[in-house]
Formats: sequence, structure tokens, C-alpha cells
Amino acid sequence: MPSFDMNDDSVVVIVGSGAGGGTLANELCQKGAKVVVLEAGARQSSATFINDEWASFSQLAWLDTRTTSGTWRVAKDFSGLPAWICKTVGGTTTHWAGASLRFHPHEFKARTTYGEIKGASLLDWPLTLKDLEPYYSRAEDKMGVTRTHGIPGLPGNNNFKVMYAGATKLGYKECHTGRMAINSRPRADRASCLQLGFCFQGCKSGAKWSTLYTEIPKAEATGKLDLRPQSHVVKIEHNDAGKVTGVVYRDSKGAEQRQKARVVCVAGNSIETPRLLLLSASSKYPDGLANSSGQVGRNYMRHMTGSVYAVFKEPVHMYRGTTMAGIIVDEHGNNPKRGFVGGYEMETLSLGLPFMVAFLNPGEWGADFGWAIDNYANMAGMWLVGEDMPRDTNRVTLNTSVKDQWGNPVPNVHFDDHDNDIAMRNHAFKQGEEVYKAAGAVKTYRTPPYPSTHNLGTCRMSAKPGDGVCNKYGQTHDIKNLFISDGSQFTTGGAENPTLTIVTLAIRQAEYISGQMSKRAI
Amino acid sequence: MKVIPIVGAAPESGACSEPGPVRKSDLPLTRREFLRGSGILTGTLAASSVLASLAPSQSWAVELGTLNQGEGEALMKMGRTLYPSAKLQDAVYALLAKDLDADAAKSPDALKQLREGCAELDKAAGGSFASAGAAKQLEAVKSLESSPFFATVRGKCITSLYNNEMAFASFGYEGASYDKGGYITRGFQDLKWLPDPPKTASPPSGR
Repeated sequence: MPSFDMNDDSVVVIVGSGAGGGTLANELCQKGAKVVVLEAGARQSSATFINDEWASFSQLAWLDTRTTSGTWRVAKDFSGLPAWICKTVGGTTTHWAGASLRFHPHEFKARTTYGEIKGASLLDWPLTLKDLEPYYSRAEDKMGVTRTHGIPGLPGNNNFKVMYAGATKLGYKECHTGRMAINSRPRADRASCLQLGFCFQGCKSGAKWSTLYTEIPKAEATGKLDLRPQSHVVKIEHNDAGKVTGVVYRDSKGAEQRQKARVVCVAGNSIETPRLLLLSASSKYPDGLANSSGQVGRNYMRHMTGSVYAVFKEPVHMYRGTTMAGIIVDEHGNNPKRGFVGGYEMETLSLGLPFMVAFLNPGEWGADFGWAIDNYANMAGMWLVGEDMPRDTNRVTLNTSVKDQWGNPVPNVHFDDHDNDIAMRNHAFKQGEEVYKAAGAVKTYRTPPYPSTHNLGTCRMSAKPGDGVCNKYGQTHDIKNLFISDGSQFTTGGAENPTLTIVTLAIRQAEYISGQMSKRAI
Repeated sequence: MKVIPIVGAAPESGACSEPGPVRKSDLPLTRREFLRGSGILTGTLAASSVLASLAPSQSWAVELGTLNQGEGEALMKMGRTLYPSAKLQDAVYALLAKDLDADAAKSPDALKQLREGCAELDKAAGGSFASAGAAKQLEAVKSLESSPFFATVRGKCITSLYNNEMAFASFGYEGASYDKGGYITRGFQDLKWLPDPPKTASPPSGR
């Protein structure tokens, strides 16, 4: 692996190594660019991943200090943990469940489709599904998504059997084991799924796609990638002309380092990405980098989420096998007759006993809760995930009264559910309960949203520079050699798990950056 | 992973099955000399339980290093009041007292909070909280619901009671699977009380 000079200003610096950063790094290296990836977390591997929920959480989760505000319940139950995302090489692709769904055409035209929604800052994306289709296809191939490219679906576990039985009784038409970036057959030098039941804890068999053992080693094999783990970027620097010139970071020993760069791409997930732009404020850019629109940090989206768990008379053992083992697609469309715009997906989910106790209904205690846990082995579960409304008041800001380990202001994550989110969640809760009742549930539970796993929108792309932070390639409107390369780019959230779209945008962005570099435009 | 720190190998005579009061007086002398804590919590696993077949001995003992006997017993009972379970035996609730005891040893503030909290429990129960009836215990715990002491103990329950192998076995959670080859040959599709989905929805395994 090369070690590029700190003063080498011909390199592309990528901040973060997850779905966006890790993919972008490989794509650029394949095209011959010299890339430095600065990853705040340490490097793990399938061998060091741990089949233990709390221990794995300590190993992989981003646990730096954060604060929360707003009326969302996470601010009450998990005030220091707004998001359940990762600080490790591979980022949150170590933790994700693997669901890989394309956006639907109308979801790129949210403002046009849904109209003006009070209290929401809806906007159409500056691109369409048609623009992305070839890149979606490449992403699916790269990730080995089941039910695409001739790859068979995964076998469904017990949790899926319950979902399927209930869904069909209820009259739902499309329920199957999903499109998953988990090998159902050996493929791309990775083994097939062993149904470990620890997708969230880093896949020890490597069957689930993660940049950690796909994109990153492929990029390393080109001799063009200089990956520096435990390198936490704290500032992006610029010159008098306003172009970015490099980054300042803290290395594994906490020492300050300065890496020069030709291009800087930020892929730190939707809390750290806007935070870094805000932390990089200067006399030229007093409100932070790429923030002439004032949109950096705004429109924070986390998807409408919730879970339904149900107790049955007979055992389920939902934790055996893939965490997200199947999906009901029928509710994904936009049907305002349901009382809300946008749609949602219903996906099986299981938690191990330790996390079930922590998340079933945070803070609850007493006999009813004890009974639920006594029936853990007889439980089935599903996650509800749908489009939430962007709001300019839902926002990542710097909390100057709380400092992190480097003395920098921590991010504060403010979120209030929009009425549309609440209406959708109530509908989804009801439908989820109906599915399980149809399958014979004795009792059902509405579980509130977990700390956010789908963090989106805080540096959104927009056709007009005044409406967002970056253009349709993730290039910031204000600074031509500064890019947003993660889910922060999302103009709106869609109903689908976002990783596939993040990877898709990264493939497309790599082409654009490479072209712009060839043309000496950046 | 925490496992029950069982002291002594031979099952005691006259062991009674739980639930019941925590026994503390009938340890053999040799074991009493061995256990020199500030408090000792002891009990016996129900002979019919899944744990009894896993543990080296049916009797168990947990040493406290900082909290006293009465406080340890009160915290165990508070744990059972907060998270009652038909499946968890007292041996698991003893882990709560043990973990809180470890926190008390590390921090004078934690010790003060726990000590005062236990005194509040006794006060609210109008005597000994640990030996009060279940209804009285529930009432006493409820009366402290807004206190930091309550938050400390309730929060600790989440990991102490449920993140250990005894709890896993009690609730039928099999936990780590990679070293056993996953669940692909160990029951991930063994549910028989519902019809199997068609192959289009759930294709056969590729292995």
C-alpha cells in the first residue's frame, strides 16, 4: 500500500470509508487516481467481529459525544446516541442489514408528486431514476444483490415464515426474502450466507457486502489507495481563491496532521459530514464551507421508522438467520388516501435478547414487560421504514457548549417528527400488527424508532444553488473541488434503505470526478 | 460474557427450590471461611431448571465487596420487582447486586446513591424492603421512580439481568453462532406451525 506524501497535492482525499467513501475510493483508484482515505475508526475484519450485541456495539459504533434536542423520542431515551452508526473501516456497511432497494421514479420528484406540504421543505432531486438506472445496475452487480443479475433470493428463516403467512392472509401480494446484498451463493470471492443471525454485528462469514472486505481491498490492490485508519478529520482548509487545499486530522496518537489534496470528498455520514463543513468555517466562509445557501446541516432525515414485535403460542426463534430476512413491498407507493404522502416498506427484523430488552420499549419496566421478555423465543419482529419529510428545522448544528475529545464542538441533532411521519408510522404500526394477528399473534407490540441508522439529507443536492449544498454529482455549489459523497446528498429520503443509492451515487460521482480531473476543471 | 460465579462444588443438603427467601445461614463452615465479602448472596438453582443442568453446582454464592448483605438483598429484590420473570432465577438477579457492588467500589458517589436508595426502599416499605410482600415492594419501587437511584438500578438491569449466559439459556436465546457454523443447519427454518412459503418467495438454500 502506498504512503503518499502529506504535501502531495495531487491526491483525492476521501473522509470516511463506508458505503459512499469506500466505494468512491475503489472507483477512483480503478481509474488511476491517487486516493487517501482518512477513516476515524480502526480496522476490524470478519475474524475480529464479535457475535455479541453489546461487545460488538462497543467495537463498531460511533460513540463520540453527541447531543440531541427536539420532540423525537430518541432525545429522551438515548439523548447521547442520536444515531446507531459506525466508526470503523467500512463504516456502517459493517453494521447494515443488506437490504438493497432502488428508489421508485416518483421518489426523485417528491415536491412535484406530493405537492406543497406544510412544514416540509420538499424538493425534487436534480436527477431521475433514468439517470441512475445504469449505475444502480452496476451497484447491484458489485454488491451481489439477490434477485438481480440472476442471483437467487436467500432462503427465508422462521421470522420470514411468520411474516409471509400473515402477509398473504392479509392479502398483500408482494412478500419475499428481498433484494439483499448477502450472498445466496458463493460470489465475488465471498462465501454464501451461514444464517449467523448477527448481520448488525459485522458479518463474520463475509457473505454480506461491506466496503471493508470488497471495495477497500480492491482499491488497495491497485496500489493507488493510502488508507489511514484512526485518522479523524477535524477541518478542511482552503486557499484565498476559495478552493479547498487539504484537510487537518488527528492521527491514531492524537497528533495533528495536515494532508494536502487536489479534491476533497466528504463521506462521514449525515451527522459528521455537515459538522465537518461547519467546523471548517473561516473568515472567507464564516458560516462553514459550501454553506452560502445556509442549507448545511438542515433537512436532516432519518426515515419514518418503528417496529412491530409479536408473541405467538409457538416458538419462532427469530434471531436465527439473517436479521432482515424478508419484505412486504405493497405499502411502498404514494397513496394519499391512507392519510399521508409517500410510502413505506415492512422488513423482518430481529434483535438478540440483550438488545430486545434495551429497545422493545425503552424505559418500560414491570410485569407486562417481564412477560414479553419471558416470551422472547416465541417472538417475531418487523421493521417499518418509510419516507419522512425533510424540514429545515430538523438540523445538525455545532453545540459549542460541549466539546469532543479534540476540543471541537460536538454535533447536536435536532429532530421533530412531521405530522406526515406520525400518520405514516401509525398506519404502518397498524398494518404490522394486522400481519401478525393474521398469523396468530397472542400479543403485539409497537416499538418506537431506534437511534437512527438511516441518516440523510444534511447537505442535499439541488438544481438551484440556493436550495441545497451540492449539485447532481455531489459537487458543492460553492467550491468546485469539494464533494459530498454519502447519504447527506439525498434531496429526499425515499422509502427504501439508502445504502444501494449511496453506492450508486458514488459510482456515478467517481466518473464525474475523474472526467473533471482529466479536463483539468478541478 | 458473565457466567454465574458459583462457589463450591458439592450440592448442599436440604436445598430448596426458588423462588424463596435468600438463604444465608446454612453454608458449610469451610465455604463461609472462603467467602469474606461485605455481604454474601446465596441460593439454589431449581433442580428442574435449564440452568441446573448447565451449572457445575446447584448452589450458588455471590460475594459483595462494598455493599452490605441487606443492601445486596434489597437490590436483588428491586431487580425482580422491576423486571419480574417466570424464567429468571435469583442467581441472575444476584448478578445485578454484584454489578452495582462493583460500581460502588469504584465510586463513592455511586456507593452513596445506592446506600441511600436502599434506605429509601426500606422506608417506603415501612421496614425491610427485601422481606416485604410483592405488592408492597412494587409500591415502594414505584414511589422512587423519578429518583436517580431508580434510574441507576433500572439501567443496570438491562445489561446485568439480560446480557449473560444464564439469561440466554433461560429465555431460549442461543447467542453466538459463528463458531457453530451459524444457524443454517441448526434450525433457522424449523418452524412447523405455519405453512412453508413457496420457493418463489423463499428459495432453497444454495449450500
